[in-house]
Amino acid sequence: MKLAILGAGDVGRSVATLSGDYGHEVVALADSSSATVDPDGIAVDDAVSRKERGEVVGTAAPEDVFETEYDVLVEATPTTLDDAEPGFSHVTRALEADRHVVLANKGPVAERYEELRSLEAESAGSIRFEATVGGAIPVLSTIEDCTPQAVTAVRGVLNGTANFILTRMAAEGLDYEHVLAEAQDLGVAEADPTFDVDGTDAALKFVILANVLNDGGFSLSDATVEGIQDIPGSALDLAAEDGRTIRLIGEATRDGVRVGPRLVPENGALAVTGTRNIVQIETRHAGSLHSSGRGAGGPETATAVLSDVGRLE
Amino acid sequence: MGDEYADDRTGTAPDSEVNTESDAETDGGVRAYTVRLELVDEPGELLRALAPIADNGGNLLSIHHERGNITPRGHIPVEVDFESPPERFDDIVDGLREAGVNVIQAGEEHYGEEISVVLVGHLVENDLSDTLSRIESEIDAAVLDLSLAAPQGTESVSSARLRLAIDSGRSSQALEAIRSIGSEKELTVVEPLVGGETA
Ligand SMILES: NC(=O)c1ccc[n+]([C@@H]2O[C@H](COP(=O)([O-])OP(=O)(O)OC[C@H]3O[C@@H](n4cnc5c(N)ncnc54)[C@H](OP(=O)(O)O)[C@@H]3O)[C@@H](O)[C@H]2O)c1
Repeated sequence: MKLAILGAGDVGRSVATLSGDYGHEVVALADSSSATVDPDGIAVDDAVSRKERGEVVGTAAPEDVFETEYDVLVEATPTTLDDAEPGFSHVTRALEADRHVVLANKGPVAERYEELRSLEAESAGSIRFEATVGGAIPVLSTIEDCTPQAVTAVRGVLNGTANFILTRMAAEGLDYEHVLAEAQDLGVAEADPTFDVDGTDAALKFVILANVLNDGGFSLSDATVEGIQDIPGSALDLAAEDGRTIRLIGEATRDGVRVGPRLVPENGALAVTGTRNIVQIETRHAGSLHSSGRGAGGPETATAVLSDVGRLE
Repeated sequence: MGDEYADDRTGTAPDSEVNTESDAETDGGVRAYTVRLELVDEPGELLRALAPIADNGGNLLSIHHERGNITPRGHIPVEVDFESPPERFDDIVDGLREAGVNVIQAGEEHYGEEISVVLVGHLVENDLSDTLSRIESEIDAAVLDLSLAAPQGTESVSSARLRLAIDSGRSSQALEAIRSIGSEKELTVVEPLVGGETA
C-alpha cells in the first residue's frame, strides 16, 4: 500500500520507518509546516533524520500530500478535543477522495464518531483506528473479532503515565508531586501531564470503546472523569493493608463511560505495574478476556497503525 | 469447572466452588450456611429472630452472639450457622427479613456482600463520625472496620479505609450513595471496581 503520513512526531516517524518491514511504501510525510512527497516513495531515512535534527520534514507544503496518489492516509497529528481539528478535516478530505484512513489521533473518533461513520458510508474508503486505544495492544481488533454485540463492557488501565505514578507511590510510599517530578525526569510524564493525570486521555480511549460497542453516541462530555491528582500516598498504604491497590480504571459500556481511581486487588489482573496497560473485555458468551502490553510509544503505536493498514489490503 | 455453573439461579445445586461460606454437603441434600444478623438489644429478640429459620425447615447449628461488640448503630451482631436444603435457603432469608430482622450477610454470595472504599480529604474536620453514621443509615450498611491514616496530622488531608457489609446485589446503589455523601463533604471516594472478574 502507498501511505501518506500526516504528523512527523514519534508516531508518524515510527510508521514511516517501519513501513518497509510491513511491505508498504511511504509516498508522503508531513509535519505542521512542510511535507516531503514522492509518488515513487520518499527517502524515509533522510526525512526522519532531518526531523530528528530539529529541521522541517521537507520542502513541499503540507497541502501537497493530498494531491499525491496514496492508498491510505495515516493521521498522526496531535489529538485535539471538541471539533478535533485539524485531524477531522484531514480524514474528511481522504474519505471524500475515496481513500482509506488509519488514525492514531484519538480526537476525531472520540469527539465526532457518527460524523466519521457517515462520511465513511459515502466513501469507497474505510477508517480504522486500533492505535487510538492501548497502543500496541490489540483491543479494537479483539472486539471486532468477538463482534461488538457480544461484548458487554471493557474495563482497564489505558494511561501508562498515571499507572506509573500510582505504582511508584505505592511501592515507595511517596506522594504524588514527588513521583510526578520523577516521572517527568524519566520522560514517562510530559512537561504538561494534565491530560494523563486528570483522566482525560484515558477517558478519550474509553469513549472510543463505548462508541465502538454502541455504534456511536458518545463524546468526552458524556464521560464521568476523575483524575489521580488528589490521591495521597496514605490512601495507597491503606489499600495495601487490605491486599488492594489503587489504579486509574476506565469502564466503557453501552450505557456510558467512567474513568477514576478505583480499588483493585493488588495481585489482580488489572493491577498492572509501571507504564503497562491492560484491558479486560467482558463478553456475553465467553467470560472475560484480558490483554496487556505497552500502551504508548512511537514504535508500539506504529505497530498498531501498520496492523490496521494490513487489514485494509 | 465451577465457573460454568456460577450463574446457578435456582439454588438447587450450588457448586462448591461458588460458595465460599458454605461447604459440607451432607447426604440428605442439606448444606451449612452462615448468616450475619443485626439485632436490637432487647429481651426475647434473639429467639424471635431465629424462629423463621426453624419455621422454614432449617436446623440451627450454632449461634455466635457478640454481646460486647456493638455495631455503630447500636445493634448487636450475631452470626448464626444452620443447615437447610439449598432450595429453602431463600425462604429462610426472606422469613428473617419479613420478621424485621436485619440480615447483613448470608452464606451464599447472592445475599452477602462486603465492599471496601477509601475516602480521602479533610475527614476529621468534616466530621468523620457523621460521615460514618450517614453511610450506615443511608445505605443500610454496617461498618465492619475503619482504618485512618493521617500522616500530616488530622488537620490536613487524611485517608480512611472502610470495610462495609451490605445487602447483596446492592453494591452499586450503596456506592452511588457514598459518592453523593462524598461530594457533599468534598471527599474523594475511591471505590472498588465491581463487576467483571476483578480478582
Ligand atoms: N505517542 C504515543 O504513544 C501515542 C499513542 C497513541 C496515540 N497517539 C496519538 O498519535 C498522534 C501523534 O502522536 P505523537 O506522539 O507522534 O505526537 P507529536 O510527537 O506531538 O507529533 C505530532 C506531529 O503532528 C504534526 N502536525 C501538527 N499539526 C499538523 C498539521 N496540521 N498537518 C500535518 N502535521 C501536523 C506536528 O508537526 P511539528 O513537528 O511541525 O510540530 C508533529 O510532527 C496524537 O494524536 C497522539 O494522541 C500517540
